[in-house]
Amino acid sequence: MGRYLLKRLLISIPLLVLVSFCTFCLMQFSPLDPAEVVLQAQGVPQITPELVAQTKAELGMDKPFIVRYLDWLLSCLQLDFGHSYVTGKSVWSLLGPAFVNTLKLTLVSVAAILVLSVALGVICALQAGKRTDQAVRAVSFLLASLPPYLLAAILVWYFAVKLDWLPTSGMDSYKSYLLPVAVTTIGYAGIYFRMVRSAVLGNLHEEYVRYSRACGLPERKIMLHVIRNSLQVTTAVFCMAIPVILGGTVVVENVFAWPGLGTLSVKAIMSRDFPLIQAYVLVLAVAFILFNTVSDVLQAALNPKLREEL
Amino acid sequence: MAVLEVADLQIWDSGTNQCLVAGSSFQVKAGSCLAIVGESGSGKSLTCKAIMRLNDSGLRQSGEIRFKGENLLALSEKEMRQKRGKQICLIVQNGMRAFDPSCVVGVHLLETIATHFDWGRDEITTRLTAAMESVMLRNPREIMNKYPHQLSGGMLQRIMIALALVLAPDLIIADEPTTALDAVSAFEVVEQLMALRQNTGCAMIFVSHDLGVVKKIADEVLVMKEGAVVESGAAHQIFSKARHEYTRYLVSNKLALSQRFSQVMGGVDVAEG
Repeated sequence: MGRYLLKRLLISIPLLVLVSFCTFCLMQFSPLDPAEVVLQAQGVPQITPELVAQTKAELGMDKPFIVRYLDWLLSCLQLDFGHSYVTGKSVWSLLGPAFVNTLKLTLVSVAAILVLSVALGVICALQAGKRTDQAVRAVSFLLASLPPYLLAAILVWYFAVKLDWLPTSGMDSYKSYLLPVAVTTIGYAGIYFRMVRSAVLGNLHEEYVRYSRACGLPERKIMLHVIRNSLQVTTAVFCMAIPVILGGTVVVENVFAWPGLGTLSVKAIMSRDFPLIQAYVLVLAVAFILFNTVSDVLQAALNPKLREEL
Repeated sequence: MAVLEVADLQIWDSGTNQCLVAGSSFQVKAGSCLAIVGESGSGKSLTCKAIMRLNDSGLRQSGEIRFKGENLLALSEKEMRQKRGKQICLIVQNGMRAFDPSCVVGVHLLETIATHFDWGRDEITTRLTAAMESVMLRNPREIMNKYPHQLSGGMLQRIMIALALVLAPDLIIADEPTTALDAVSAFEVVEQLMALRQNTGCAMIFVSHDLGVVKKIADEVLVMKEGAVVESGAAHQIFSKARHEYTRYLVSNKLALSQRFSQVMGGVDVAEG
């Protein structure tokens, strides 16, 4: 297992370099000249070619492409993503806290999604075709097909306005988490529990379940084996849900005024704040690679065949 | 005395109302071996699963299954579970798929024995090791720490036999235990099954379509075709003077096949080859 872990981590290094390179290129391909954006943001009344050239030199943009990339990469490794063109603050001081806030929301949501999906998936698989199964599937279908902003609006209207139990927005106490987490969870759990359900159903028909029953093992012990095997398939999906939600909280964050990445990234895009956008894309891409690695390692821990392959 | 008496067993699909086994009756005497033969789809496996009450929920069954005088169909699920493994033991066809693929095989063995006996871990391991050695599995402790995909089909089959040895049931149901194996492994598994009967004195239901093996192991034979029992009787009678046409067809086919096989092999005994 230790060997597998080491190999898997070594494989992600070239991937990380590639991703950083792509992120850097993406910004270079933008039709806008960063120097002009900076000058506009600073409110310079007349932008002359001399001024642009001077700003470019200040930003280090007159250097060759590959040198700029390496400089950027080295500073990124030290968590120095440059300064915001708009506010002049360091990107990390803006991105760091927002990232932490979104991460908190994401982790709580993923935990809720995990618990709900596994519980509902197992219950529905055991009751397959019966009323409980049909009811859960119908309700989840309805809820998961609601767009998040509509679901958020309904929940805010009912729980925050009508009943006045929960705050409408902000991030003050644990109560603030409930509504945004509910909106995120309902959308994803409605999809993921179906995967757990079909994996459990598939496993219940496996020969090992029949043999375990023939050996007189209690159902709850057999279910533990079934769940363990079913989770192999769904582990990958659950792990990848973390970066997907990290990058997909824009709507929820805007509705609930959550000071996170979603809110920050939309602002950065609107004001063409290149260093901030670049750092945001990089952080998300790294998160994808990181959780992909975690998912592979978890799967290997659950599946002995995979461990031998690498 | 009969260990198992099956009377008028019917199995049908509750969804389509299709009859799969139509009123079969037979009995297994204590310490004897009953072979159930027939083509695929003749209802052999369904009959075995019906005895253990392990058919899918979509399949319904009626009739009477008396195990040591007790009607199994009248037992609660909990009482039935206590019978499974400890008194009626199943050996399945495909060893590769019989064990949880993500656990080492020892986990299933220990869990099963711990469910039925109040032995400590050491005692379980000692008994299991002895049983595994007696079915010619070398390094039992090492094998217990292997995953199913790291072992061969024949080894897994013998592990199931070793488990049956420890559980010492009154009846063993071997559902096509040699079908998925090559000739040499099949021969070894049959040898071990015969030794198992000798050592524990248990009765056995042996399902197979390999008449060569059946001839070797069975005392009595039940021939099934399309869900119905067409003939039953002592093994030597079935092989020498079968009454039913279908049985004669099976036996002659088998003879023709083995003659052809012997010709190809140049007269070498299959088991030794």
